[in-house]
Amino acid sequence: MRTKRLLNRIGLWFAVLMIVSPAVLFFVWMLSLSLKYEIDNAAYPPILIPENFAWANYAAVLESNRFGTYFLNSVLVTGSATLLGLLVGVPAGYGMARMKATKSAVVVLIARMTPGLSYLIPLFLLFQWLGLMGTLLPQIIIHLVITVPIIIWIMIGYFETTPLELEEAAVIDGASRWQVFRHVALPIAKPGITVAFILAVIFSWNNFVFGIVLAGRETRTLPVAVYNMISFEQLSWGPLAAGALLVTLPVLLLTVLAQRQIVAGLTAGAVKGG
Amino acid sequence: MTSSQALEKPAAATPPASRRRAGGSLWPFVLPALIVVASVIVFPWAFTIWMSLNEWQIGGGSSFVGLANFGRLLTDLRFHDALWHTLYFTALAVILPVVLGLFSAIVFHQNFKARGFLRALFVMPMMATPVAIALVWAMMFHPQLGVLNYLLSLVGIPPQLWVFHPATVIPSLVLVETWQWTPLVMLIVLGGLAAIPTEPYESALIDGASGWQMFWHITLPLVLPFVMVAAIIRSIDAIKSFDIIYAITQGGPGTASETINLYLYSVAFAYYDIGYGSAIAVVFFLMVIGLAVLLLWLKKRVQWTEVGIGA
Repeated sequence: MRTKRLLNRIGLWFAVLMIVSPAVLFFVWMLSLSLKYEIDNAAYPPILIPENFAWANYAAVLESNRFGTYFLNSVLVTGSATLLGLLVGVPAGYGMARMKATKSAVVVLIARMTPGLSYLIPLFLLFQWLGLMGTLLPQIIIHLVITVPIIIWIMIGYFETTPLELEEAAVIDGASRWQVFRHVALPIAKPGITVAFILAVIFSWNNFVFGIVLAGRETRTLPVAVYNMISFEQLSWGPLAAGALLVTLPVLLLTVLAQRQIVAGLTAGAVKGG
Repeated sequence: MTSSQALEKPAAATPPASRRRAGGSLWPFVLPALIVVASVIVFPWAFTIWMSLNEWQIGGGSSFVGLANFGRLLTDLRFHDALWHTLYFTALAVILPVVLGLFSAIVFHQNFKARGFLRALFVMPMMATPVAIALVWAMMFHPQLGVLNYLLSLVGIPPQLWVFHPATVIPSLVLVETWQWTPLVMLIVLGGLAAIPTEPYESALIDGASGWQMFWHITLPLVLPFVMVAAIIRSIDAIKSFDIIYAITQGGPGTASETINLYLYSVAFAYYDIGYGSAIAVVFFLMVIGLAVLLLWLKKRVQWTEVGIGA
């Protein structure tokens, strides 16, 4: 009996190893590529840990390619779209949950199903006509397509589960609807807002397709900038991998640090932007 | 605090007649989001339909042509190829993640050390920036210098051309998609497993059922609705897949991996043929909705059968 349990244990750990290793090995290899000089990256058989680390790859990315500008663009687009999304999405989630109008959330579902490109054609024409191209505004506005549905969806689910008794007590005490929301519902909903915030930030940060159409030379976000590295500036693998790693590093850190909230948010709504 | 500016204006404009309950109307809470949704989601839908009925070039004028753009789709061989690529890619990119995701969920449902941390590692591929990942996969696919052919050589498999050959490009892209999205299926199914009551297992143990029998007759039927939800979400995402394909192959070699979404991008933003691009967008959107409806119908049937078995 004891050997059988031991065998089961070994089997389980073998399965865990099989499942997790593709993810881990990929990111280890990404790191390895980014820290090798061209000679080591072209070596056969491949080298995992080089004798000399090519920190110069990171220096090259950080110094040139206007990395700072593109980083700032990404922060501004994702930051603005997420904050605006919270500003309209959190009250909307509250209103829809309390009106029991959760069926209207179907619009949110259909928005999730719609291919991102079909938003892009009409909004592209509209932004051109309004003369907004060349600024960050078009990207901030179109990223609302990602952030607003995620936030509304998660907040409806959250407000539906928060108890009504406290809110009713506040109404009896003469509080207005706004005061109830501001002082009773909102503080309770903070964990839900955190989940919505994290997921909105990640999916907005990762977005690529809106950027390739709407971004000009000065208004590129990081995913677009790193993609352009292959076509124009860089063909050597080291700096390219270093750039790719820097672009996705904030998201990876957030995933590990906030894994519990992310898992909760994704299983509740299973919403993804784009 | 921050929400006050956005809310004050609509609050004043809403008539008191819409009061539903004590404490005031709820409409002011929903109105700002409604305006945003109308302008960035509903307006583009309507405008796309209108454009699809026009001959519309960027820089040129536009003229109403009725359904001519849709007629053009019927004879556009490149569109037909793209349709076939999309179906092929979607079928594989749903089946593989669902099967592997179900298996991973069963593993992660067990108790073992550092489960939370390992789950976070497992989830990383789906959270990472797709373009950044695609660039690294492109390097790994490289026929001479890529690490994948080296790994194949270790187990005695001859080197492959991966994304550089028309016959293997779509399966190779599916490999990336599977690596990336198996975690989402796992999370959804894991949620389902957590909701299964323990009683059926207890009585099955008393009856002397084996582990495999319990999986086949208890776990699988109970978790099937969650697997279906995961499959629906996966289908909708796979059919729309863009970043990975665009960044690794741009639809190549030739047009061997050009899906409808990539063709749509080329027509609208490389050839600037807005009218025709909009027609493709409309058809594509209907395909996605159709797929979702079909799968939801299947899911209902699955649940209904279960009730049948249970009763």
